Amino acid sequence: MKALRNYVDKIKPHFEKGGRFEKLHSTFDAFETFLFVPNKVTRRGSHIRDAIDMKRTMSVVVLAMIPALLFGVWNVGYQHYNALGEIPHFWDIVAYGLMKVLPIIVVSYVTGLAIEFAFAQVRGHEVNEGFLVSGMLIPLVLPPDIPLWMVAAATAFAVILGKEVFGGTGMNILNPALTARAFLFFAYPAHFSGDQVWIAGKADTYSGATPLANAASGEMEAIPDFWDMFFGFIPGSIGETSTLAIMLGAAVLLATGVGSARIMFTALLGGYLMGLLFNLWGANEYMMIPAHQHLVMGGFAFGVVYMATDPVTATQTNKGKIIYGFLIGLLAMLIRVFNPAYPEGIMLAILFMNVMAPLIDYYVVRANVKYRLKRAQAQTT
Amino acid sequence: MGRSIKISKGLDIPLQGSARKEVSPLDASVYGVNPTDFTGVFPKLLVKEGDKVKAGTALFYDKYNERIRFTAPVSGTIRAIVRGRKRVIEEIIIDADDRREYEDFPHGDPPGLSRDKIVETLLASGLWPSLLRRPFEVIARPEDKPKSIFISAFDSHPLAPDLDLAMEGREKEFQTGINALSKLTSGTIHLNLRAGKPHAKAFENAKNVQINTFKGPHPAGNPGVQINKLDPVNKDQVVWHVNAQHVADMGRLFQTGHYQPEKIVALTGSEIKDPRYLKITAGACMEPMLKDNLKNDNVRIISGNPLTGSTAHAKGFVGFYHHQLTVIPQGDHYEFMGWAAPGLNKYSTSRTFFSWLFPGRRYRLDTNYNGGPRALVMTGQYERVFPMDIYPMQLLKAVIIEDIEEMEKLGIYEVGPEDFALCEFVDTSKTEIQHIIRTGLEVTRKELM
Repeated sequence: MKALRNYVDKIKPHFEKGGRFEKLHSTFDAFETFLFVPNKVTRRGSHIRDAIDMKRTMSVVVLAMIPALLFGVWNVGYQHYNALGEIPHFWDIVAYGLMKVLPIIVVSYVTGLAIEFAFAQVRGHEVNEGFLVSGMLIPLVLPPDIPLWMVAAATAFAVILGKEVFGGTGMNILNPALTARAFLFFAYPAHFSGDQVWIAGKADTYSGATPLANAASGEMEAIPDFWDMFFGFIPGSIGETSTLAIMLGAAVLLATGVGSARIMFTALLGGYLMGLLFNLWGANEYMMIPAHQHLVMGGFAFGVVYMATDPVTATQTNKGKIIYGFLIGLLAMLIRVFNPAYPEGIMLAILFMNVMAPLIDYYVVRANVKYRLKRAQAQTT
Repeated sequence: MGRSIKISKGLDIPLQGSARKEVSPLDASVYGVNPTDFTGVFPKLLVKEGDKVKAGTALFYDKYNERIRFTAPVSGTIRAIVRGRKRVIEEIIIDADDRREYEDFPHGDPPGLSRDKIVETLLASGLWPSLLRRPFEVIARPEDKPKSIFISAFDSHPLAPDLDLAMEGREKEFQTGINALSKLTSGTIHLNLRAGKPHAKAFENAKNVQINTFKGPHPAGNPGVQINKLDPVNKDQVVWHVNAQHVADMGRLFQTGHYQPEKIVALTGSEIKDPRYLKITAGACMEPMLKDNLKNDNVRIISGNPLTGSTAHAKGFVGFYHHQLTVIPQGDHYEFMGWAAPGLNKYSTSRTFFSWLFPGRRYRLDTNYNGGPRALVMTGQYERVFPMDIYPMQLLKAVIIEDIEEMEKLGIYEVGPEDFALCEFVDTSKTEIQHIIRTGLEVTRKELM
């Protein structure tokens, strides 16, 4: 490591101000700090600091997505061969899945990081690690058969208009990965609905409808078994199908304290209660789907665990998080059941609550302000 | 009646190098005063190099409040006046005489003295700066009428000294000090003890005070937290707080007429060979304390505790408000892929490092930032270590955009930088929160005072 360090020290001056590659300073800095935790020492304030930093935090989130990714890779292959009516060897399935999924991941990361590095350089910032997460989230919420140029277009849209125009990481209002998906959903609806897109390279005769599409079109008997949906042997976006894999990820996020337990559990509760309410109401067949089954269908679990908990776009106060999570769960079910145009409600529910989050925080904080004013009045009288 | 308060939010950082409970006296031959210890003070010198001073002779005063004097802790000769960048006076160094000589201040039993007399004596002796005020966490103004005065009888900072040890033999002085303080406020004097342990007689038998107990992790010992829980500061109100050892010094002043500031200092930190307590006269040079007592050379010497103390050098002086010296390793080294390591020996309040599997372990933390500065991304971190009914992140953001009205609404009057030290410690974004809060306090103070 000494040799590597020496090499980095040797080339470093070229990237500093006045150096030959001054324009690549942010890029160099990103790679240098990736290799080595910097030697910077505290100058003022607390002399000691917690070991956590943004790289650690974000890599934990990426780690938490690995189970969903691995299962997704397998499932893309499995759905493909299943649709063709042949189930080959495990590794053939994985190979097909990798062939479909890897390019999407590469395109997402390359597009996004290139834009991030450029903006960091122009702004004179260090490169923020946020995109390490977004770059992985975007592929996981896309259908396996998506054209790669769409991935690039959506990623660029999400990073530039969803994030950088607001000031970059930490300033964005909408979750970047969901912005990417929403962009594609509204710009290229043909690629995001119906039963043609959820299975890569399927035979024309095979129905590739997701369970949500089945439910929306009233084909209740076509909805797969609860456990099939829980384990994830169903068509859908790459990372969203297996609730089990997502639960593993949730366990990582909760155990490390990186993901907000408040948001996850209240969203789950909100979704479940809304499902129960539908059951009681029971006006149509869709409403009769058992509440617990709702939780394993579509992208609900994925959205709740990985997207709703994004700290930048969620509410920031603890009380706010409880309201925010609960409403996400509730709205997701409401949209899903009542609006046939959007079979998947979680995306719109989270985006809507992203927009509402500052408002929720505003009222939570105002309550604190009011309390302080009241206390002052009580003391003076 | 005293109250018992339990605090659940907070954090006790498990550091190596706590002092063994044994006090040994230490006489230094060099003493010093650092004008930079006093926030917001613009020092105007009254002495020059070579002058003879007695203990209690004024060295400088504050340009903005000429009544507040800062005095020599010992008698001797001014050896040097050290200036730093922009000619800021950093140190006034005094070579101590063999025999102590004292300025004589008017004294007497406080109950028989008027408020003005007590104020005059405290101002002249140089003990006044020990009184700090909320709002703004700066030196109290003589014309303020505080609604209450707080004395924290324990320090909950990492490795902080046990102040009970400081009170041995100072019971009478402490009580006289309280009696003097009680003339300064029409309200209550709160004496706050740590719950669930026996205390020095000076604290337990104190009269003229309301004795409260606090339970829970740091920052339970911070006066800011105690004020917030017992008698919160609202707009246009003032609360003072003062360190227990300074109260005893005040008592001595009114008993003898001499400024004879004595304190115990805990010598702590993982890089100290023999961490222990020392009894010194305030302003003592650190050199004899650190000599042959450091485990290695590449260290950070801190006057105070590792969360809020100020960086010092090996020949520096113990700060006016400090009763602790901490020496920790300097963190100026690179670490290969440090962010990806399992981190069994890294301390973090998040459980992203596997060290959380080993509770009870004590750590040798260094001064490395452990990461680069980032935008404020994570939420809910500060709230876990911030026990006041204030939204720390929202207040911080109001300060960053310098929105005074919003700062006021969100509780800027109740906080001091030290109350945010733990937020700064746990922050993933490595934001300099204490500095930002101090800036906000100063902006507001200049607007209002």
